[in-house]
Amino acid sequence: MSIHLQLSEIKKCYRSVKALNSVSLEMEGGKIIVLLGVNGAGKSTLVRILSGLENPDSGTIIFNNQNTDAKTLRYISTLVFQKTIMFTMNVYDNLAFGLKIRRIPKEEIARRIPEALQAVRLSGFEKRRAKKLSGGEQQRIALARAFLLDSHILLLDEPTANLDPNSATIIEKAIIGKKSSQRIIVMATHNLNQARRMADEIVHIHDGKIVEVAKPEDFFLNPKNEITRKFINGELDF
Amino acid sequence: MADIIVGAFQQALNLIASGDPEVYATIYRTIYVSGLGTLISCLWSIPLAVALGLYNFRGKWIIKGIFNALIGIPTVALGLLLFLLWSRQGEFGFLNLMYTLNGMAIGQAILVTPIIVSFTANALGNADAQLRDLAKTLGASGLRTNVTLVRETFWSMILSITSAFNRGFGELGIATIIGGSLAGETRVLTTSIALDLNRGFFDIAMAYGVILMAIVIVLALTVSLIERVKDERGEIRKFILWKGLFGG
Repeated sequence: MSIHLQLSEIKKCYRSVKALNSVSLEMEGGKIIVLLGVNGAGKSTLVRILSGLENPDSGTIIFNNQNTDAKTLRYISTLVFQKTIMFTMNVYDNLAFGLKIRRIPKEEIARRIPEALQAVRLSGFEKRRAKKLSGGEQQRIALARAFLLDSHILLLDEPTANLDPNSATIIEKAIIGKKSSQRIIVMATHNLNQARRMADEIVHIHDGKIVEVAKPEDFFLNPKNEITRKFINGELDF
Repeated sequence: MADIIVGAFQQALNLIASGDPEVYATIYRTIYVSGLGTLISCLWSIPLAVALGLYNFRGKWIIKGIFNALIGIPTVALGLLLFLLWSRQGEFGFLNLMYTLNGMAIGQAILVTPIIVSFTANALGNADAQLRDLAKTLGASGLRTNVTLVRETFWSMILSITSAFNRGFGELGIATIIGGSLAGETRVLTTSIALDLNRGFFDIAMAYGVILMAIVIVLALTVSLIERVKDERGEIRKFILWKGLFGG
């Protein structure tokens, strides 16, 4: 049985700006849900709330039929940021950071890290200084770091923005390879082609509201919402 | 002018080469006072800086502002204040800190506190907000997140401590008023310079100045070198502190 996440009437304001306005959404394991929208639409805010980094002003988040707070979300989810952040450590220690916190035995960590590096095609990078790697390599390390935690909710905030096509392809393949009934993958992007390639379900967010939820073929060929149609055709003013 | 500077360098080398015990004792006393003063200051400055840098509370900006303002406190003014408190008739006269190296070290510890607090608190406060988010999303508790941020700003902290040492090393007010520049007891490099200048031994004063500058520069270069090696080799820091302090 796959896992299930339900958002109900999520609202979030930053002073007078409504970042999210009554967002309701259901997600289940085994799928890649792509949050699509222009810059400032509210994608990143939703991702930050799902990661437990921020609390919604109102609304509920239910994971597997249980009401969930930010602390629990931090435990069951992992977020890969758009801007890659590395600790001032070597690659191995960067990857081991979350595992050590979860008190995984050293031997187990030593076994898992080469596997994670292999998944992002960076085998043998363990001793390299993480901050000295290229942007694409750092993002792949960030992805491997997230994979290692084996979280129920994998959140990706524009993970391939500003990366070369080769790195982007490797990252996309690695993400698709992580699909499982026990994992919900949520990826925020404004890249239509990427959404088409990767999504099992596309959620179009505009102005803090969900305007359309559809499978990729329906989303691109038969959009029901006028805003979505304009967005796809590049006619949306924002 | 160039002759004077070259002469000062020669004189400095002669002083060092002469093996004069008083020269070495003066250098040792200067390093002892500033080193001990900086270490003592770290005991309260680092925790204070961590609190100011990582936690938010009402009135924080006022405290930070006060520390920022005190960075430039005149050493003579602080020396005079401490003299009033520590002299025999003062409130803390019973501590017998006047005209002692330890008294000078405590005075310097107070002097350099704003430097360590302000520089370290600013470094921690400016640590990338995403670094904090990253630690949290990887499951770090509040304490672990803060320890991670402290660790990430380790070299900024070292830099602030080095700056504090240098400030103490080159100060004259406290050394003169609290130490009294007693020959063979509390005379340090800065008071030696002032004394020899007053006595008309300009070349010796300059030579002491060269030694003072050389020590400060060598220290700064050493710190930079260690940081550079750490950047390239990556593992130096582990040898120094963190295994012991944070088990990481």
